[in-house]
Amino acid sequence: MYRYDQHDHQIIKERIAQYRDQVRRRLANELTEEEFLPLRLQNGLYHQRHAYMLRIAVPYGMLSSDQLRKFAFIAREYDRGYGHFTTRQNIQFNWINLEDSPEILEELAKVEMHAIQTSGNCMRNITSDEFAGVAADELIDPRPYAEILRQWTTFHPEFAYLPRKFKIAINGSKEDRAAIAVHDIGLTVVQNTDGEVGFRVMVGGGMGRTPILGTVIREFLPWQHVMTYLEAILRIYNQHGRRDNKYKARIKILVKAIGADVFAQQVEEEWAEIKDGPATLTEAEFKRVSSYFTTPAYASLPASDATFEQHQSENKAFANWVRRNVKPHKVAGYASVVLSLKKPGVPPGDATADQMDFVADLSDRYSFSELRVTHEQNLVLADVQQSALFDLWQEAKAHGLATPNIGLLTDMICCPGGDFCSLANAKSIPIALDITDRFADLDYLYDIGDLELNMSGCINACGHHHIGNIGILGVDKDGSVFYQVSIGGAQGNHSAIGKIIGPSFSAGQMPEVIERIIKVYLDQRITNERFIDTVQRLGITPFKEYVYATPINTLIHHGEDAGAAVAY
Amino acid sequence: MREIIKDKTIVQDDWAVLRLNEEETPDAVDVPGGKVIVPLKVWLEQRDSLLPRLKKQQDIAVWFSSDAQAKDLADDVSLFSLIAVDFPKFSDGRGYSIAYHLRSRYAFTGELRAIGDVLRDQLFYMQRVGFNAFATREDRNIQDALKGLTDFSDSYQSSWDQKNPLFRRTERSVVTP
Repeated sequence: MYRYDQHDHQIIKERIAQYRDQVRRRLANELTEEEFLPLRLQNGLYHQRHAYMLRIAVPYGMLSSDQLRKFAFIAREYDRGYGHFTTRQNIQFNWINLEDSPEILEELAKVEMHAIQTSGNCMRNITSDEFAGVAADELIDPRPYAEILRQWTTFHPEFAYLPRKFKIAINGSKEDRAAIAVHDIGLTVVQNTDGEVGFRVMVGGGMGRTPILGTVIREFLPWQHVMTYLEAILRIYNQHGRRDNKYKARIKILVKAIGADVFAQQVEEEWAEIKDGPATLTEAEFKRVSSYFTTPAYASLPASDATFEQHQSENKAFANWVRRNVKPHKVAGYASVVLSLKKPGVPPGDATADQMDFVADLSDRYSFSELRVTHEQNLVLADVQQSALFDLWQEAKAHGLATPNIGLLTDMICCPGGDFCSLANAKSIPIALDITDRFADLDYLYDIGDLELNMSGCINACGHHHIGNIGILGVDKDGSVFYQVSIGGAQGNHSAIGKIIGPSFSAGQMPEVIERIIKVYLDQRITNERFIDTVQRLGITPFKEYVYATPINTLIHHGEDAGAAVAY
Repeated sequence: MREIIKDKTIVQDDWAVLRLNEEETPDAVDVPGGKVIVPLKVWLEQRDSLLPRLKKQQDIAVWFSSDAQAKDLADDVSLFSLIAVDFPKFSDGRGYSIAYHLRSRYAFTGELRAIGDVLRDQLFYMQRVGFNAFATREDRNIQDALKGLTDFSDSYQSSWDQKNPLFRRTERSVVTP
């Protein structure tokens, strides 16, 4: 993975000094809170319900074992012993003191990490495919481009005060695992008919209050021009994006208002002035950055391992885990492993300091000391020998990281919600836990099969509810909390925005509502049809009719469980 | 007279900024004598009468509101020795692109001044896109603000101040861990 050189180190060092002084000036009241706000946000520091939350950038989801150990250290030293992995492949800590935050940045810098531009109205951390570099269906490794763009976006002077936040995702595989269609810019690395490498450029996707899938504005952009072309997009957006209403300030609203074709034309005109200028990427720089993403020293192995096959046939639990949590690898004899952070009873995406240390050790022993964070809020060991999978599984299981549910209903994407976030209208984690409880039976869960359930505690859609096969959105109506349910959303190559099935529900009704939706699917599906296929074939009507046909039971928690489903 | 930062030092400045009140209109407002920075719209409306004064005395400058664009002044930029860009709120980032365009597209070589809600923590970015003068907010210490220009010693990407990105300027290498 990428390593800092003296320039990267210098820039991070100067950033910490700058930020430390900003904190000092805030505490001395030389900066008002209003003035400090965007400064701390551009350093990942939010003020939440109980404390400050610090979001740390995990560039395109890649982590070393030492970096993960540093997260464990921060969790113990400065937080309450755990952290939360996010849908943007980052990690956030929820119980941070403002006074400690410069110290934490010093700690992060020791392992080449930072919190730059993880929030605020600027270009955010670049996200990508968690299987980049190892996926069996990969065409071109997107990571060198992601790193080049990380550097380009870092402290870009012209685009630090945009109308709104700006998210770039990049994918290089046949299957889009980076949800590029719901990003402000979604890049796909492609080859043209002459075999040249470039990008298909999509703009104007996003979720939030107005979910829109991005539109392709350029089918092929030769790779050398990626920075100048993006600069042109950002310059148009910076000048013309709306600033009068934060809910209409994302680039998607601008693209929609003037039309994607007009927007594309404006970009082309702007680009014409800077195309082939000094910001054009050079072969030498591409090679330099690419050299950090070389393949590790893979052993030469047979395509399948006899003991691995044997363990699968003898141990059903292991076979289940392999089926759901082990993914194909482009190198013979290897596989990628998804460690589930969706254990029943634990908020989706949360990991304790002990688990982080443990996963760091696992990656040292089994996967070249590297790992990845997925946008579904799980962790990946990308390069594991098949012969080691059984041992790895047993160890992971002992640490609560082998729930065999990847891609299933309980592998939910879920924001921190009203338990932590001051933006949220509603709690999300307790609902997620109640639903997980209802679908605890593995046979039932496996019978339901592939299903993405995404939940957000408010319209900002951090939990990606719009593109969940089932999407749940917490809404506030006259001071009471309700949950709106949509179905038919999808991510990937067939991205779609879900449709709301009808009036919203109380928190206690949610497990029953989900169960009814599932029942319609199980009754109506035809052979090998996934949930999303059935919804797309039938439309929402049969689901809607059944869900609202009879009164819906309300789950009530008793005793110690009443009121709070999460306890630490 | 007030102090501003110009070319990295604090200097006395005698330009006045003309801001219209609600009753005044760009076509009818009286442009006072002395060195005055007028709104772009006033320049565009009163160009015929202001142009001879500008040529003779060089005591007229223009300021851009954040919703204006460099192309609104276009080739007239070369007439001025000073152009200002207003930041109604420090978080309104349009002025950065206006400045970049004035420098790059319209080749403005005179003084480019940030006015309005101009604060220390934005100065580094402002100087990168082409500003060389800063009328920082008068309720803040200008000596402190000066420090904002040197927050960073280097940058990854190109902009007006640094035409080449880092990878074209230096041999980048791996630091062995």
